[in-house]
Amino acid sequence: MSIWTIVLLSSVAVLMLKLAGYLVPASVLERPTPARVSGLLTVALLAALVAVQTIGAGQQVSIDARLPAVAVAAGLFALRVPFVVVIIAAAGTAALIRALT
Amino acid sequence: MVRTIEHRDAIRSSLAVVFAVSAYGLSFGALAVTAGLTVWQTSVMSLLMFSGGSQFAVIGIIASGGASAGVAAIASGALLGARNGLYSMRMAPIIGGTWRRKLLAAQITIDESTAVAIAQPTLHAQRVGFWWTGTGIYIGWNITTLAGALLGDALGDVRQYGLDAAAAAAFLGLLWPRLKELQPVVVAIAAAVVAALLTPALPPGLPVLAAAAVAVVVGLTNWLGKRKARPVVAEDLP
Repeated sequence: MSIWTIVLLSSVAVLMLKLAGYLVPASVLERPTPARVSGLLTVALLAALVAVQTIGAGQQVSIDARLPAVAVAAGLFALRVPFVVVIIAAAGTAALIRALT
Repeated sequence: MVRTIEHRDAIRSSLAVVFAVSAYGLSFGALAVTAGLTVWQTSVMSLLMFSGGSQFAVIGIIASGGASAGVAAIASGALLGARNGLYSMRMAPIIGGTWRRKLLAAQITIDESTAVAIAQPTLHAQRVGFWWTGTGIYIGWNITTLAGALLGDALGDVRQYGLDAAAAAAFLGLLWPRLKELQPVVVAIAAAVVAALLTPALPPGLPVLAAAAVAVVVGLTNWLGKRKARPVVAEDLP
């Protein structure tokens, strides 16, 4: 599968999901289960992506400068520091550790 | 057009959200070219898909597994986009009108436009909030995506600048506002553990999908959940 195929197929899939909501009857929304599963799905996927991006390296696990950088990010998010500032701080932490070691 | 106080307030909250969120586009653009996308592919994604969480997920999985992880990348992006469908259902009666207007509305139905809209007190202000936020972020997100992609392209060896760590931090930032109750916190920890444990065992991309099963099981059984369902979007504004 080429990168272009992935970009286009995933984009169309997400667009279709947005459109579908305007077509189905609103009564589906009254039921709590679809709303709850969808909310938790978002949480689970994002958490899994945090884990994989922090310690994954292809099919291997690697503990490196990314882990302290993410710890710094978590602390700053807890202090309600704006998103972009946190991202720069996380990148800076990893860059600094790599420059020193 | 008569501009009421509600109308002005709706525009004001829209613009605040537009400026805060558009800045994420910079990190998306830079991380997408880091993951192996061209500047063109990165921009097409922001123009067509236009859903931050899904876009970060797709490039995150391409970054770890390359083009061969394509199926997992598409599936993760689509699963993360599922909540937009719920927002559309919520917005449908507010938007009203012709199918052409709904078609336009669908493309900009995201966390932020829905959250700003439903926070407004009158139907008119809800519409104003939705269109201003959605259109504003669409323009801002696409401009900053392109800027970020060009910047990422110019940087070269991105590990040296810690951009791989920035990707993990970006996911954490999208996750953070959703961790306000026990149930999502438990799901987040369990999903992270499942994904980490399966990383050596499965091809890249699949551990993330496997972790989604945690959400389905907890969601269907409502384990650790409250008896009454909360409104769909109220707390989703970052």
